[in-house]
Amino acid sequence: MNNRAWLFLLPMLIIMSLSAFIPLMTVVNYSLHYIFSGSMPQYVGLANYLEVMRDSSFQNALGRQLIFSTMVLVVQIPLGIMIALALPKKGTGATISLVLLGIPLLIPYIVVGIVWRLFTQSDIGVVPKVLALFGYAYNVALDPIDAPLTIFLLDVWHWTPLVVLLCYAGLQSIPDAFYQAAQIDGASTWKTFRYVTLPKLRPVLILAVLLRFMDSFKIYSEPLLLTGGGPGSSTTYLSLFVARKAESYELGYAGAVSVIYLFVVVTFSFIFFQIMKNLGKGEHSR
Amino acid sequence: MASIELKDFYHTYDARMGKGETSSFCIENLNIKWGDGKAIALLGPSGCGKTTLLNAISGLIHPKGGSILFNGQDVTALSTKERHVAQVFQFPVVYDSMDVYGNLAFPLKNDRVPRNEIDRRVKEIAGILEIEDLLELPAGNLIPADKQKVSLGRGIIRPDTAAVLLDEPLTVIDPKLQWTLRRKLKQVQRQLGITMVYVTHDQHEALTFADIVTIMSNDGKIAQTGTPEEIHNDPYTPFVGYFIGSPGMNIMECSITSTGFDFDDFAIPIPVGLNEQTLSAGDNYQFGIRPEFVQASMESRDGWLPFTIEIVEDTGAYKITTLKAGKHKIKARIPEEMPVVENNPLWVHFPDKHIKLFQGNKRVF
Repeated sequence: MNNRAWLFLLPMLIIMSLSAFIPLMTVVNYSLHYIFSGSMPQYVGLANYLEVMRDSSFQNALGRQLIFSTMVLVVQIPLGIMIALALPKKGTGATISLVLLGIPLLIPYIVVGIVWRLFTQSDIGVVPKVLALFGYAYNVALDPIDAPLTIFLLDVWHWTPLVVLLCYAGLQSIPDAFYQAAQIDGASTWKTFRYVTLPKLRPVLILAVLLRFMDSFKIYSEPLLLTGGGPGSSTTYLSLFVARKAESYELGYAGAVSVIYLFVVVTFSFIFFQIMKNLGKGEHSR
Repeated sequence: MASIELKDFYHTYDARMGKGETSSFCIENLNIKWGDGKAIALLGPSGCGKTTLLNAISGLIHPKGGSILFNGQDVTALSTKERHVAQVFQFPVVYDSMDVYGNLAFPLKNDRVPRNEIDRRVKEIAGILEIEDLLELPAGNLIPADKQKVSLGRGIIRPDTAAVLLDEPLTVIDPKLQWTLRRKLKQVQRQLGITMVYVTHDQHEALTFADIVTIMSNDGKIAQTGTPEEIHNDPYTPFVGYFIGSPGMNIMECSITSTGFDFDDFAIPIPVGLNEQTLSAGDNYQFGIRPEFVQASMESRDGWLPFTIEIVEDTGAYKITTLKAGKHKIKARIPEEMPVVENNPLWVHFPDKHIKLFQGNKRVF
């Protein structure tokens, strides 16, 4: 082994341990204690975890989060692929589309939240006004369906462009010969997509699914600004739930939720990766 | 199977060369006729339009003028699929998400051929290509040479394939396997009697593969069509002479006087058999002789020309020398045992029967 290689990795390892590993271990440590403000923490083993598991407000937040993340994948990935396929391949049109698509990605989360808040606010927003014309009484602050739906649509608007850009780059890297071969082999449009485009996009799609899945768990500032997690707790996703617990100084409890949260994200990501890595490779045709 | 004919073929396109710059590319007034069931090589330098021509034959692009005929029938307006043409690309194209069997069966499935017929045909083709062992393997995991076989297999699996077009199919193949794969191509071509058009810039590939070689020049024109032997021994133009052979034919500007060929720096007598008519045509001739036919001697001989040895390349089997006299540089292939030294003189002789004479880009002798 080349020992000097470790020397080059050292700065990275130091930064990683300071920024990720140590905080993570702190959280794990918290999760094993009862912590009251100003007093000595008391070691309680897995009691916090048991409490979290039994807590229906946690179960609801986790369920809400999983539904949200599933919807993100189910809608944003196919939509992203479709938009990427529809974009012009080259020329000025391509440049303009890419710039336009990039805009949502460049806007800070806070600004996104505020802009959408202005759009959807029941007294001054344009969305409720327009929907009222169609006879729909939209109210993001009070309606337990409108609120999560709005957050979801915001996320679609905000992050589908990322999927589009990834897929677009992936599509550009498929050599023409593959499409020409499919044409010569008499493949239909659907078969060309199914047997050329989709398999060739696999690496990019793995990336897109993992990024979107992990990021969807981080949704925080949008519900905070738009709905404050309400009405009720209908938009209190997992991040917001943890933050609320930490804010109320239930640090042991919040720590336990954080560890479970991390476990859920890592486990699902690993499963997705394993499934997608080998999905439809060299299918037997007989 | 089909004969392929191009009539007054015309195609242009603009290639983007960066901001604002375009370079237009053009193939004009091209006429070719290739016989049915032949192994044909389309040989030319990179960028001469070989691939464009091939894509036009397969229908991937539509020419701006002229017509394409298969067996005398105009197919210019037909789609790729309707032409029943197969194409093998430079980079092996296989469908990664299928196994080899699925790849071979794919064109037939698209044509809705019955299942048992597909099975029979896949096995037959796999047998011809000697890839029976690979049928169950994921196509994406094969080595390039085997991928290229699968790619060829997809091409020939349709019983009504009119022609197989191969676009530099050996470029990315491991050199050791190139020879085997080329033999396989040739064998398949013979066995099935398929019209195969093989595009390459490698003369060795072209000459060893083909019954008929068509040479395209840089300006997108057909320079010559003929058997490998004809191409080598009877080049129609200096371009063909220079392009074929390694090294290519020596071409020197000369004029003809009453005493012989005048090269400014030296002169040689007129070869026997060169008729008076040709001789009276004046100057601006191009004199051609292949390096392997240049005779060389370490000592001065009567009537032989003194050249200076500039470079000696020893191949082990023979030596290639670059010789210089005045403004002229020629190459000569000389026997391995001749102890030539750079910067020393070497006397050369051009045997009459190997002299070629061109004027205005045409062979005159």
